Parts: sequence; C-alpha cells; structure tokens
Amino acid sequence: MSAPLAPLPQWADVALIPLVNVAAAFIISGLVVLAIGENPLEAVQILIGGALGDLEGVGFTLYYATSFIFTGLAVALCFHAGLFNIGVEGQAYIAGLGAALAALHLGFLPGYALAVAAIIAAALFGAAFAAIPGYLQAYRDSHIVITTIMFNYIASAVMGYLLVDVLRVPGQMNAETEAFPETGRVPQFHEILSHFGVHWPVTPFNLSFLLALAAAFVVWLLIWRTRLGYEIRTVGANPTAAVYGGISPARVTIVATLLSGALAGGMAVNVILGEEHRLILEYTAGFGFVGIAVALMGRAHPVGVILAAILFGMLYQGGAELAFDKPKISRDMIVVIQGLVVLFAGALEHMFRRPVATLLARRTAQPPI
Amino acid sequence: MTSTAGMAPPAIALIGIDKSFGPVHANRNVNLVVERGVIHGIVGENGAGKSTLMSILYGFYEADAGEIRVDGETVRIRSSREAIRHGIGMVFQHFMLVPPLTVLENVMLGAEGGALLARGARAIRRRLAELGREYGLEVDPDAIVGELSVGLQQRVEILKALVRGAEILVLDEPTAVLTPAEADQLFEMLRVLKSQDKTIVFITHKLREIMALTDRVSVMRRGEMVATYETSATSPPELADAMVGRKVILKIDKGPAHPGRVALEARDLVVRDDRGVARVGGVSFTLREGEILGIAGVAGNGQSELLEALAGIRASSGGEILINGRPLALAQRNPHDERRIGVGHVPEDRHRAGLVMPFEACESAMLGFQHERTYGRGWLYDRKAIIADADKKMGAFDVRPRAPLLKTANFSGGNQQKLVLAREIERNPKILLVGQPTRGVDIGAIEFIHKRIVAQRDAGKAVLLVSVELDEIFALSDRIIVLCGGRVTGERKPDETNARDLGLLMAGVSERAA
Repeated sequence: MSAPLAPLPQWADVALIPLVNVAAAFIISGLVVLAIGENPLEAVQILIGGALGDLEGVGFTLYYATSFIFTGLAVALCFHAGLFNIGVEGQAYIAGLGAALAALHLGFLPGYALAVAAIIAAALFGAAFAAIPGYLQAYRDSHIVITTIMFNYIASAVMGYLLVDVLRVPGQMNAETEAFPETGRVPQFHEILSHFGVHWPVTPFNLSFLLALAAAFVVWLLIWRTRLGYEIRTVGANPTAAVYGGISPARVTIVATLLSGALAGGMAVNVILGEEHRLILEYTAGFGFVGIAVALMGRAHPVGVILAAILFGMLYQGGAELAFDKPKISRDMIVVIQGLVVLFAGALEHMFRRPVATLLARRTAQPPI
Repeated sequence: MTSTAGMAPPAIALIGIDKSFGPVHANRNVNLVVERGVIHGIVGENGAGKSTLMSILYGFYEADAGEIRVDGETVRIRSSREAIRHGIGMVFQHFMLVPPLTVLENVMLGAEGGALLARGARAIRRRLAELGREYGLEVDPDAIVGELSVGLQQRVEILKALVRGAEILVLDEPTAVLTPAEADQLFEMLRVLKSQDKTIVFITHKLREIMALTDRVSVMRRGEMVATYETSATSPPELADAMVGRKVILKIDKGPAHPGRVALEARDLVVRDDRGVARVGGVSFTLREGEILGIAGVAGNGQSELLEALAGIRASSGGEILINGRPLALAQRNPHDERRIGVGHVPEDRHRAGLVMPFEACESAMLGFQHERTYGRGWLYDRKAIIADADKKMGAFDVRPRAPLLKTANFSGGNQQKLVLAREIERNPKILLVGQPTRGVDIGAIEFIHKRIVAQRDAGKAVLLVSVELDEIFALSDRIIVLCGGRVTGERKPDETNARDLGLLMAGVSERAA
C-alpha cells in the first residue's frame, strides 16, 4: 500500500504534467547531443529554424503533422475504450491500398467525386483491417496489443506482394502503382493559393490538413458529446459499471477499433492522395508508431494530439535540416527523442506527479507506507 | 481440553491493536492471546475486522497502534517475509498457488535456496516426504497443482507454510471453498498438527466448525474483540449473540406495510458464479408492491449472485423470474431491458459497478439511462440537460457538494451512494433492487438513505433489500428471508424474530431457537 497522491489542480493535470514530461525527454535528448559532441542549444536553433523559419519549412512541418494528427487520433480514440491499438501503421498501409484502388479504378466518377470516393475507400479499408483484431479482442479474448502488432507484419507482407507482383506498372522497376488521375488527388495548398495569386513555395502541404482538424473536432464531439462516446469512455474506465449500465463492452470494442482504423486511413489521404499520387512500398515509414507517442503526449485529447502532432512535425522537418547541417547528428536523433517521449509521457507518466503535487501543496509528502 | 503449561508464554499475543483505513475503524484496541498448541477460532460477521487483524499479524498492514508478541517477545512485522521468519504461516481463502507448476515447484517458490534449482529441490522433496510421514499430509510432489482437487490444493498451501518452518498457522475462512468431506479431512489434518504442538488460528463465520474443531474461540464485532470463550463452555446461541450483539437498532418512523400485488417472483432460481459453481441453489420468493423484503445472510452466501441475476447482469442457469406475473424472457434479462420495464438496481458495490469514478458526477448520474431522450435527441447529448438533470437529482437527495461537474471520485462515500440512489429512484421504478445501501456510509447518510427506501415502499414500490447488516435488515424489512449456502434457510417477520434467531439461520442452523 502506498500513500494516496494528493489531488492535483486540473490545470496542473492537463498542462503542467505533460509539459514536465516532454521537457524531461528533451533535456535527456540534449544530453545525448552533448555526448555526440555538438552544442544542444545550437541544435535546437537549427531544428526550430528548419521547421518554422520559412514558409517552405512550415509547409513540410504541417504536412508531417497532418499524418501525425490522424495516427495520433487513431491511437487516442482506442485509449478511451481502454484499448491499445499498436496496429495503426498497418491499418494506414492497408488504407493506402483502398485509396489507390478507388483512385485508379473509379475514374468514371465526375470531377473531385473521385477524390472523395478514394478518401472513403481509405477509411473503409483501414477500418476493415482494424476490425479483425477488434473482433478477436471482443469475442476471442486475443489481446489487441499482440494481434495488432502481428497485423502490422501481415499488412507489410500483403502490400509487398501486391505492389511487386500485382499492382506494379509492367516494365517499371519501382514497386508502385501508376499515378492517379488529377481528379483523384487531394489538392495541395500552393496550387490552391496560386489560383488566388498568392505565392506559397511548393510543399506537400495539402487539404488533408483541414480534414485532420475536422477529424480532431469530430473525435472530440464523439468522445465527449455523444452516446457512443459515453459508452466508449465507460467501457474504458470501468467495464463492470458498463455492464451494469447495459453497455456491451464487446460491441464498444469493435466500434472503437473500426473508428480507429478509419482514422488511420487519414494518413493515406494525406500521403498517397495528397503528395505521392501513387501507392508506394512502405509509404507509412513508421508514422503509425509515432501516433502512439503523439497520443500519449497529447493525453488522448484531440487538442493535445494536434499540438503533439505539430511538435513531431517540427521534429521531422527540423530534424532533416539538422541532419543536413550537422552530419554528426543523424535523423536517428529524432527516433531517440520519440522514444524518450514515449518513455516519459507513457511509461513514466506518473513519475513527476508526486514531486509536482508536493511542490504545489507546499508541504512534505507522506512517506510511502 | 486446553491444557497449556501455565508458565510458557503464549504463541501470539496481540495487545491494543488499532487500525483505521481513512474513516473506517477496522480494528479498535484489539487484544488477543493464543496459547501454544491449541486451535483458536475467531468468529465474527463480515466486516468485523477478522481479516484486517490477521493481515496485521502477517505483515500486510502495519497497525496504527499496539504491540505484537510472538512467544513472549515483542516483534515488528512489516512484511510477510518477516512474519515467516517469526514462524507465522498463513493460508488464504483464495490460494496463492501457480496452477501449471508442480507441487514441488509451488512449495519451492520463494525458497529456492540459490540460483540453481537442483539442490533446493532435493532438500524440499526430502522435507515434503518427512512432513507427509509426520502429519499424514501426503501429496505427490510431482503432480500439477492445477489438476489437484481443491482440498489437496489447500493441503499444498499448508505444506508451503510448514516447509518454511511455520509454528503458528493462520487459516482464513478455509472451508469456504471445500466440500463437507474435504472440510472433515482438513479438520483431521489440523488436529494432527495440533498434536505436534503447532498453534492454529482458525477464522470462520460458521459456528458449526467452531464447535467441532476449536479449543477456544474469540468473537469480533465491529472491529472490537468482544469475548473469548473456552469452546466446551459455550454454545452456538451464545456465540451468535456475541457476534451480532445487542446493538441499538436504528429506529425509523415506519408505518405498517400495505402489500399489494406480487411484483417480482423467483421460482427455483439457480445462479452460478464465473467458475461455474452454483452460488444460488434453487431460491424461490415473492415480492409484493408496497413492501420491503430483506435478504439477510453472511456475505458470500449467494446474495450477490441473486441480486445480479435479478438485475439481468448475471445469467441464471435455472428457474424463472416473473415480473408482474409474467415470466421474464431470457432475451429480456439484461440491465437495459429491465430498466425499461421498471426495475431499478442499486448495486452492492458502488465503486466497482455503480459509478464511474473518473467521470463527472453528472455523467455518473446517467449511467444506465444514457439512451434516454432527456439527455438529448439524436446523436448529440445536450450538456445543459445532463447537468440540470444531475443537479435536480443531487438536490432531491441532498448530495453534497451539489456540484454536477465535480469528479465522482471526489465525493465522500455517503454522497456517492446518495448519487446512485438518486439515479435509480428518481426514474420512478416499479421494483427497486437495493444491495448494501449503506456500506461505508456515515451515520447521517444512513438515516437519510433508510428514510428514502421506506418512502419508496410507502409509494407502493416493491423493494428488495440485500444487506449483510442485520441492523439494516431489521430497521427496514417488512419480511425477512435468510440465505445460507445459496439456499433459503428461513423466513421471518421482523417483529417475530430477534438477532440470535436470524444469526442461527445465517449460520445454517435451521431449527427455530428461543
């Protein structure tokens, strides 16, 4: 038995603790940079400059952030149902297949209806792929952490086969599909702005960003303002009370994983429909896993997820600049920071609670019994 | 029978033990002396503080005040490891065994005697063989524990304690999981251990076992040690009396009941727990409009499962439930449908089932009714309606603070319970199932809750009350049925019975006492 924690004021719980956790991750990262033999302050300067210093940097930052918002929301939504969906990587990958098949084969649709159809297909494919581990968790007691990890490998193998042997353009060396028609793409901001005579440097930053913000709002609405969200949170917080309240935990598990998979599909919209305009091998590049860090750092709240996604977008864009300017610091540094964020915001989430509570209460904490 | 050498210090002496958990005073100035080489029983109702006291002895908790002496020496026991070092072994009601491992491996666990197993395993195997011969505790060391009968598993628990050198053996409700034949074997085993000068502390609430087995018996009530008897010089009625006590029965103004039509009926209801054991074995009763039917019994005698089955949470495996004279279809036996046909349910455990602690009070106040249109039409909730509804309920039931946005966990136990009652009663159910309505609730709130329950009766509702508090049963019920071992052992009217009579029924003694 240990002494109960003094209750924290809400602002400390929502803002201060995550900030302290992230700060700890960055301080340790700074020490790693120092150990490599570089100046951490200079590194931060280059990183921020590269991410936000000019419009091009901002465009790339927000492009990356868009993917992170989707994958982060996917993980966060499942958190509320008490589920840990580690399969966002694979779900986003399969969603890419849906987007590509729709964009390539539904060309008869008029105008941008094709892009809309491709977006819907991405969500459906992502949801369908997530539904299997969801079903196994709900009715077969197979733990979703294990099954979703395994399903990432399945996604990778299936997509490898399809892209190399089935979907590849004959005569082409690259494992990728042919390019989508113009109407099957999500427009990029520099294109749109040029119509209005505004100049924006060419970046992959596209309309998916607005879709991501809309998705974040819808997730917020769903979780805190709808019956389904109430049921999801009840199952996540107290499954026994859920049963008492006439809620089926199995049904909620399936619905939550379906929605999570659909959100993961948003990443395909951003990358496949918004930038690459073709399905390419391993396009997810670990962004699905970053979604876990984003959801943890954002404390599973859509606003937190957006902020954390922008921070990771900065890290990815600024990190590329940093690796260019300081060859001793490779892009792997970003993976180190990401790992430290998961460590401090996830695994050690409560490490600073007691000291912070003690500090705030301005009295000595009770010794643990 | 108790021929202890006059001068030898007692095996255990607990002096002035005091322990509180927050506002709950679990042990008050408890004194207990257990002489060496005797079987000493401890009886008491559920929540009397028996398990807390033994947990203090075994180092799970540290007492707030008081002294523990083992063989006359004052000791401080801060962990089970230290308890074992002082020769105290404990056998829990729920076994601490690893089912896929063998008996030998289970016994070795934590006493491997080094990084490599072979040497320790040889020593333990030898020791097990010795113990088998000495005490008749034979068990195949290579058998897989999960494949053994419950009785044999318990034997393994006892062997674990003995191998670790236990001189004092504490058994917490050991017969709860045993068949009568297995219980008899256990008693035989314990008598042999006693003959070898081991000391045994035997915790139970079954008076029959106390009479059959122990040399001496101490009675706990509400955290206090109220009496110690030589078993040969006492009787079950005397013990029942001491257990229940001549408590001041809370008086509430309550007119006579005016029972109406039968609202709820159970016919030969059989309910199994998660492991498939029948916890309710063919229970029948009727509940009329305008009356409170109290279900008394020591905790764990099937009341919880009965209540859950009636509320549609737990499937029943036999028998019928009739509501307003019509059998309740299996498809309708779920909390959602039952609420719709007017069955309200205050669950026994508000923490586990009745509330969602991290939720705002207003969100906990709609659990089970989340589909209702009061809270918003269509997809979206109307936050204002949710808050207003909760505010109204909190006002009607004097929930303090009246703050619908405060987290549920931040309310006191009494106010949490009022919140649950408000939720269930304000929906105006025809039948109200109430489990342990005042568990962990302060006196003021108890009175308030009792009045509200009686008010429901007076409004013509059918109220089923499950409580392990005899006081509560007496104060509220118009009729009482007693459950023991999943069966009805008697039905009484509160003014034609007394605590001793009910205590005997609760202990499974069916014939009527004075």
